Amino acid sequence: MQAFLRSLRTRSGQQRLIDVFSVIVLSMGAVVILIPFFWMISTALKQNGDVFLVPPQWIPENPRWENFSDAYAQLKLDIYAFNTFFIVTTVMIGTLLSASFAAYGFARLQAPGRDTIFMLLLATLMLPGAVTLVPTYLMFNTIGWINTFLPLTVPAFFGSAYFVFLMRQFYITIPRELEESAMIDGASVYRIWWSIMLPLSGPVLATIAVFTFVGTYNDFFNPLIYLSDESKRTIAVALSYLSGSPRSVAKMNLLMAAVTISIIPPIVLFIGAQRYFVRGIVTTGIKG
Amino acid sequence: MAVSTEAPKRKQAGWQARTEAVHAYIFMSPVILGLLLFTLGPMIISLALSFSDYNLLNDFKLIGIGNYTKLLQEELFWQSLKISAIYSVVSVPLGLVISLFLAILLNKKIRGIYVFRSMYYLPTVISGVGVAMLWKWIFNGKHGIINNLLGMLSIKGPNWLLDEQWALVALIITSVWGVGGTMLIFLAGLQGIPYELMEAAEIDGANRWSQFRHITLPLLSNVTFFNLVLGIIGALQYFTDAFVITGGGPNNATLFIAVYLWRHAFQFLNFGYAAAISWVLFLIVMLLTLLVFRSSPLWVFYESERKVK
Repeated sequence: MQAFLRSLRTRSGQQRLIDVFSVIVLSMGAVVILIPFFWMISTALKQNGDVFLVPPQWIPENPRWENFSDAYAQLKLDIYAFNTFFIVTTVMIGTLLSASFAAYGFARLQAPGRDTIFMLLLATLMLPGAVTLVPTYLMFNTIGWINTFLPLTVPAFFGSAYFVFLMRQFYITIPRELEESAMIDGASVYRIWWSIMLPLSGPVLATIAVFTFVGTYNDFFNPLIYLSDESKRTIAVALSYLSGSPRSVAKMNLLMAAVTISIIPPIVLFIGAQRYFVRGIVTTGIKG
Repeated sequence: MAVSTEAPKRKQAGWQARTEAVHAYIFMSPVILGLLLFTLGPMIISLALSFSDYNLLNDFKLIGIGNYTKLLQEELFWQSLKISAIYSVVSVPLGLVISLFLAILLNKKIRGIYVFRSMYYLPTVISGVGVAMLWKWIFNGKHGIINNLLGMLSIKGPNWLLDEQWALVALIITSVWGVGGTMLIFLAGLQGIPYELMEAAEIDGANRWSQFRHITLPLLSNVTFFNLVLGIIGALQYFTDAFVITGGGPNNATLFIAVYLWRHAFQFLNFGYAAAISWVLFLIVMLLTLLVFRSSPLWVFYESERKVK
């Protein structure tokens, strides 16, 4: 005890105490973060009759694993999953192609007005999406794209400001020697972009891919306003309709099973690709 | 952000520069088209719409500032401004303080710290409708977990989402759960602070609080600035959780401005009126951002200034 008190007077002793304190606080915070997940899974595993017990069962006595398969089948998650992954994949392809392509122009080629266009692009990051919402909707309505996936996927092919910025910042760190020797060999700028820049950009492309996946997968607003047919809904929109109907309140266990299923893809992606998330946030400040 | 023209100024024949420019425009074409089609074009149309009474029934006809004067007299509009203002004023600073605090704790060299970092970031990855519905269930007055936990402490919890006093509080609590992104940006900022500075202060006899106050905070101020601007812009556009968890209720107690806008645009199909709301929102965001930018010399400390000293 005396040794302990004496150690507190030294800087390293204090440091140890602070570390212990930090771990305690962080663990408490982690519990707070995990409780909702615990509650979700606990509810998802309950028998119909046990959902509304007072006081609640924290750990279901008779876990009903079929809730997951029931939720999947009854809520037609297969259709919504297909729609969602179709949209996510298309948006990912569009975003990766357009961002990496456009960024090369901003990073390497000279043209009058280039920097003005770049600043304009960055300025749109601050623009509230609401301002362009109504005309964009009306535009898609006029050309008959409402209730198709096109309003959700086509804009991705026109470059997203964040990702063009991220790609450009990466390109300018690549030494020019590689391109110059290719140029001497007679390669066109497009060839250089495709066969030299892109292969070197693996990690940045991965970063963009994971953020696009998560952003599109979790997007609610756009599918909500552009898709009206039940069979065209995404997982996010389909879930939101469940929460509104009184029927689903009685089946909270199935609903929570569906929610559990719905968060698996981003969680798996996050666990598998953590370093890309961290890199993306540190470089661009995207908050996911 | 500085745009550097890093290209070496080689002597080029005029036509060479011109071909390069043509290639540059081809490369930039997705962005240029995107800006015109999805940003600048819609902005101009949106401004025009906001001065019209265009809706499902009426054709496009300019009516001057009618939408704006009507908006200013609408009680619900002021209500939505009030709700968005309260939410922003509480959740943004609260989020900043909590995420900075967590970032400092997570910046330690302790075994297993990476697990904590991932765990705290996790909610950001799954923010969406599913989690919003989970919150709805968590805040359920009778069967929700929060009131059950409070019950264990013999506190009778409110009927959160159906209580005008508490619905907004519930939404603010859910927003704190998702501070992971802000936290990680702070963490990156903390890791950029040179260790020698801390060491020098230590040798000078500075205690931990004054190290934090006089080194960490000033050196983090540009990161704080960044998080503050993004936080304000995000908070004023807050939509999904309010839409899914409370739907703007009870009795409009969580009628955020984005929810109010959604109602007019996609429920009542008052496109002109909705456009006017979006421009008011835009002006507020611009004004606040400008204010933060203007105030930044007072509290944001940049590297370059340090070198001068």
